[in-house]
Formats: sequence, structure tokens, C-alpha cells
Amino acid sequence: MTDTLLEVCGLEISYGGIRAVKGIDLHIASGELVALIGSNGAGKTTTLKALAGLLHPARGKIQYANRSLINVVAHQRAAMGIALVPEGRGVFARMTVLENLLMGAYIRDDKSGIAIDLARMYELFPRLAERKDQLAGTLSGGEQQMVAMARALMGRPRLLMLDEPSMGLAPLMVQKIFEVIRDIAALGMSILLVEQNAKLALQVAQRGYVMESGEITLSGAATELLGSAAVQRAYLGA
Amino acid sequence: MEIFLQQIINGLVQGSVYALVALGYTMVYGILGLINFAHGEVVMIGAMLALSSLTVLLGLSVPPLLALLFSIILAMAGCMALGYTIERIAYRPLRHAPRLAPLITAIGVSIVLQNLAMMIWGREYHSFPQLIVNATHSLGGAVINDIQIIIFILALLIMAGLMAVVHRTRLGRAMRAVAENQHAAQLMGVDINRVISLTFMLGSALAAIAGLMVSANYGLAHYYMGFVLGLKAFTAAVLGGIGNLRGAMLGGLLLGLIESLGAGYIGDITGGFFGSNYQDVFAFLVLIVVLVFRPSGLLGERLAERA
Repeated sequence: MTDTLLEVCGLEISYGGIRAVKGIDLHIASGELVALIGSNGAGKTTTLKALAGLLHPARGKIQYANRSLINVVAHQRAAMGIALVPEGRGVFARMTVLENLLMGAYIRDDKSGIAIDLARMYELFPRLAERKDQLAGTLSGGEQQMVAMARALMGRPRLLMLDEPSMGLAPLMVQKIFEVIRDIAALGMSILLVEQNAKLALQVAQRGYVMESGEITLSGAATELLGSAAVQRAYLGA
Repeated sequence: MEIFLQQIINGLVQGSVYALVALGYTMVYGILGLINFAHGEVVMIGAMLALSSLTVLLGLSVPPLLALLFSIILAMAGCMALGYTIERIAYRPLRHAPRLAPLITAIGVSIVLQNLAMMIWGREYHSFPQLIVNATHSLGGAVINDIQIIIFILALLIMAGLMAVVHRTRLGRAMRAVAENQHAAQLMGVDINRVISLTFMLGSALAAIAGLMVSANYGLAHYYMGFVLGLKAFTAAVLGGIGNLRGAMLGGLLLGLIESLGAGYIGDITGGFFGSNYQDVFAFLVLIVVLVFRPSGLLGERLAERA
């Protein structure tokens, strides 16, 4: 597997004395959209935080673009092209939409490239163009999700990790957000999508992992998982 | 009426110095949630460094304005190094400690710096050399001198410059991002330790200039001068809403005015029982009143992040 972008082996993360992630393996190929699904508290968010460098794993290996990430701190990982859109979005509420997007391009210094990407984001999310001078904290939840995603894309990441992008959004907004996820995946970006909404996630993903109480219990092609009796029973309400 | 105008002038000049120092408190608080009680001592060290440098240079018959320029740069550089060092050795190791620990450490740093300054510069008052012919001008019955005019205009320019840095530059955006959400800032690739160090250095550079202004205005410098000045500037920051830059500026100017008008009229109000030597009372009265009735300060309430 020469085109593996991210490879995680035996990742263990403890969190206030509790082993939240108990030795998981997963990998993402370049250009692949992978879903990580599971119920609340399964350890999905913890896993993403460890991949972004916000948490330090107790054990295990993280290999990204043929480099070990163990001693690489969060801001360096961002510079290496790893972006996380965190749960709850984490927009800078007291900064304008435009300033949020410019923060997304913090690691870049190609002014003309940044301007081009800014225009692209406004095309992708026309709503943000209308609100570019508004403080991000005054936007609706869906608009904030757009800001968070556009902000992450402004850094031109190689690996985009999305934590519960559908959480708390109206159905129409969820649809819009997932359209964008499909679009950017089609452009060849590698995406790791964490969702409680398993059906939605598996519909856009190529592969999926199912996580339960800190362990990966099932993995495979997204279509297979969608059809699997275990997934249907546990997450799809069938 | 002349007294009133005179106290307004004095208050604005003094208040602009408070504002510069208050900005240092409020920038650090905004980013770390820490009250850097050693900040007042940084002001004092800035004044002392400038004074020593001026004394040496003037002794070597360097032209006064050149000596002043060099001394300002030296004091700023020295204070920036000091601010960096304080954060690095006293506060960074306590970044994740309970909030009381860095607060106590801050007071400790303050005492250490005071004593260090006393060992280097002694206990006596140092008089600040006169560098320019300090002409006084009359203004509707009140007087204002050149040094006061320079202090006020320079302070306003520096504040405008700081606002431009914070709102228009990449570093300023990073500072605001770190102040609001350290995790999210890291995800954007911001090295938060670097931003925190730069914030301390920026605040310390302002403190150095403020120290020089105070000693030029009163013609004196003393190892203890940072203590009360620091407390008053802290009061100004709280009055404006700590963590808010515009608040620190507004709070500084207002506190200067309150103090100056209070000192000007305290004799009349109390029938001569208290004199203007009680002027320090006003700053701390303001602190108490603000903490009781509006702890978030005048501009302290900002919109909350939506879920």
C-alpha cells in the first residue's frame, strides 16, 4: 500500500484515568473518504483529537505521509496538512467570517493563492460571502459549520477530519454540508468523517469503521456496512 | 473653572500612561486568564534602564535627543527580554496549574524584581535629567508643558499602532485567536507558545515607554514606583473590562480623570479635612465600586459563542 496517507496502529488514549481508546488500527489511502461511526462516547472524538495532536496517546503509532507523528505537536501537524473541524465547530466567535477564513490560511504565505481560495470558498458557500464582515459568533449553527469547514479548507489540507458535521443542524443544512463533503472528496481530498448519523456517513464514504467503547468492532466497504445486519440494528434503527 | 480645566489636562496625561500600562495587563489576561502582577515592576525597570542609560550617555556628552532615542530603545529591548523571561520561567511551567498558583507566583516575581532593582539602583529617588527646554503653554487659564503634550500624543499614537497590529496583522489575528480558543488556534497552525511570548514582549515594550513617561513627567524614578502605578493600571484595566483592549484605554483615561478631578476637589468637598495627598484613594474606590457593581467592567461584556 504505497499510497497510504495515514496509518494508525494500536492507538491507545487515556483520558482522566479512563482508557477511552483501547488500541485501534485504521488507515486512510490518499483520496479516500473514510467514515468512523459509532454511538456517543465510543471514543471517536478522542481519536480525532489524538490524530490532530490535541491529545497525547498513551501507546501506539501514527504514521502520516511516511512520517511518525508521535513527537509532532498540533500546530506542526496543521502545517503538514492535517486539518480537523472540531466537534462544536470551534469558530472564532469574536472574529469576522473573513478573519476566520484568514486564520485557516495562517500557515500559508502565498497571498495570491489565498485570495483565489477565498473566492473559491465564497463560491462553495455563497452564504459566507454575504456574511464575511459579520462576527462568526452571530451566525446560525449551520453557517458556523460552513465557516469551520471553509476555514479548514483554506489551509489546503491533505487530510481533512470532520467531527460530527451534522450535529445540531436542520435537515436542509445537513444536506448542504454533505453535498460539500461529497464535492471536496470528488476533488481528491482524503477525508476522515466521524458521524453519529451512520447512514448519512456511509452513503458518502468508500469505507467505514465502526467504533464501540474504544474499540473498532467492524470495518469494511461502506456499502457492505450499510447492508450489515449488525450495523443496521445498532445504528440505522432497522 | 481654571482648576477644572487644569485637572482635566493633568488627568488625561496621567490617564494616557495608565492606559499604556493597563494594555499590558489586559493583553496577558485576554490570552492566559492571568493577572500578571509583575507588570508594574516591568514599568519601573523600564524607567530605571532608561535613566541609567541617559545618565551614562549624557555624561559622555551625547546630544540629548540622540541619548533619549537610544535610551528608549534600550529600555524597550530590556523590558521585552524581561517580559519574555518572566513568562518563560515563572508562568509557562504553571500553565495547567490551578489558577491561584500563577497568581501567587506573579506576586513573587513582583517582589523579586523590586528587590533586584533596589540592589542595583538603591533606595534613593533618582532625578530624571532635563533633556528639553520644557516650555509651558497656557490654555484657557490652565497650563500644559511640552513633556505633557509629548506624553499624551505619543501615548495616543502608540495605542492606535497597537490597535492596528491587533486588528490588521497576521500576528494580531493569531493573538485574538489564541485568546478566544487555544485548541482551535493550534489547529490553524498557530504556535501558541510563540504568540504568548510575543504578547508578553509587546506588553513589556509598552510598559517601558510608560515608565519613561512617568519619570519624565515627575522628574523622578524610584525602585518602588511600579507598585502603586501597577495597581492603578490594573484598576484601569478592570474598570474598562479586563481582557478588552479598548476597555483598557478607556479605563486608563477615565481613571486618570477621576483621580485628578478627585484630587483637585477633595479639599472643597470635605471642607479641607482631606487634601490632594489623598488622591490615591480614588483609584481604589473606583476598583471597589466596579468590582461590586459591574465586575465585567465598562466594555467587558462581549457576545457569547453560540453552541
